[in-house]
Amino acid sequence: MIRVEIEAKRFGPTPVLRRVAFQIAAGETVALIGPSGIGKTTLLRLIAGIDRDYDGHVARPDRQAIVFQEPTLLPWRSALDNLLLVHPDLDRNDALAALDRVGLAGKETLFPGQLSLGQQRRLSLARAFVGRPELLIMDEPFVSLDKDTAETMLSLTEDLIAQHRPATLFVTHAQAEAERLADRVLSLKAGPDGAVLG
Amino acid sequence: MQDARLTPVLSIAGLLSLWVVAALLTNDAQILPPPWDLVPRFGQELASGELQRNLGATLIRVAWAFVLAMTLGTMIGLAMGRSDRVNQWLDPWLVVFLNLPALVLIVLCYLWIGLTEAAAITAVTLNKVPNVATILREGGRALDPDLDAMAKVYRLSWWVRMRHVIAPQLAPFIAAAARSGLSLIWKIVLVVEFLGRSSGVGFQIHLYFQLFDVGMVLVYALSFICVMLLIEWLILQPWERQARRWRRA
Repeated sequence: MIRVEIEAKRFGPTPVLRRVAFQIAAGETVALIGPSGIGKTTLLRLIAGIDRDYDGHVARPDRQAIVFQEPTLLPWRSALDNLLLVHPDLDRNDALAALDRVGLAGKETLFPGQLSLGQQRRLSLARAFVGRPELLIMDEPFVSLDKDTAETMLSLTEDLIAQHRPATLFVTHAQAEAERLADRVLSLKAGPDGAVLG
Repeated sequence: MQDARLTPVLSIAGLLSLWVVAALLTNDAQILPPPWDLVPRFGQELASGELQRNLGATLIRVAWAFVLAMTLGTMIGLAMGRSDRVNQWLDPWLVVFLNLPALVLIVLCYLWIGLTEAAAITAVTLNKVPNVATILREGGRALDPDLDAMAKVYRLSWWVRMRHVIAPQLAPFIAAAARSGLSLIWKIVLVVEFLGRSSGVGFQIHLYFQLFDVGMVLVYALSFICVMLLIEWLILQPWERQARRWRRA
């Protein structure tokens, strides 16, 4: 169970979030929607533990994974090393199987720069799921992909979530993505002292 | 491709030609001997073992000062680049040390510590640390915050972060600091030896300066330049190529 109780988040004098509280059960997928600049990515960063400067509390599990808008890989390490370095307990064969699972079989020795953007995104997904996360956070994971690649990524993500059943929170602007992946949709809207859940 | 390889050779040949022309015009071996006059004197120093002994002494001082300056400078620069607070505290110190003449630091170290090996290496190290810190501060500022966030979420160990996330991003800055560091350090080591040591290339140059022997000054200076070029070609450049391998893939 992931419990989020944000009382307030500010950037200097500017209020960003105010009284945002919700829970995500194990295996549940929640979509977070809202207009650009409302604070969705900020909220994800608080929940992931990247930004700890806020009033409130987030109860999160030890095993968590994140998929950023950009693949955020180590460009100087091979595709295989991008999995093995992030998950040092991972067996090499399991890492190769994870690459195979996202359609990157035979690409293990390539550097991320030698992969297409779609392949880099899949590598980022493999990195997230291979650690068997209890909490998965995704920040617009299908943005800036062409229609076919986005559809492939969406199906792959759907399958991986169904297989691993982590508690998942993802940000999206696409209603179709939210309807397809999410069990529940949360909406952030502007309030007088920062964004609140609508 | 062939032209690109030949260019440095032709460039060196041009420099030698300039030397030859200047020597012929001067027509005084005591002021500027031609290159071929140095060959027998070089052989003589080599045969006596003096050249190797003094080159070795200087090289050890350069190595110590280089390792210490790179280590301290990297740590300070990285801390300044990563933390505004540390930068605000240490930036005035950096400006002071960057503008403190090398000679002042050398003299002060000899006065405070004595005419010892430790004083010589400390003086050279203190002269170079601010340069390394300045370059590495920019490296610290250029680190990708998204990779930092990734490392935090996946709870990468300190060692994995440093070795596989931070160090590769800093590699171009470390290479720049190392390259400028080596050239600066060996020049300062020579001054340190000139002023207060009884061995090394700087000491020999001091000796032959007093004897007004331009030829031997050139023999020692050129010998050490050759050693530094070998370090550049055999160590620094291959390391840099390896560190940049992923960019060319």
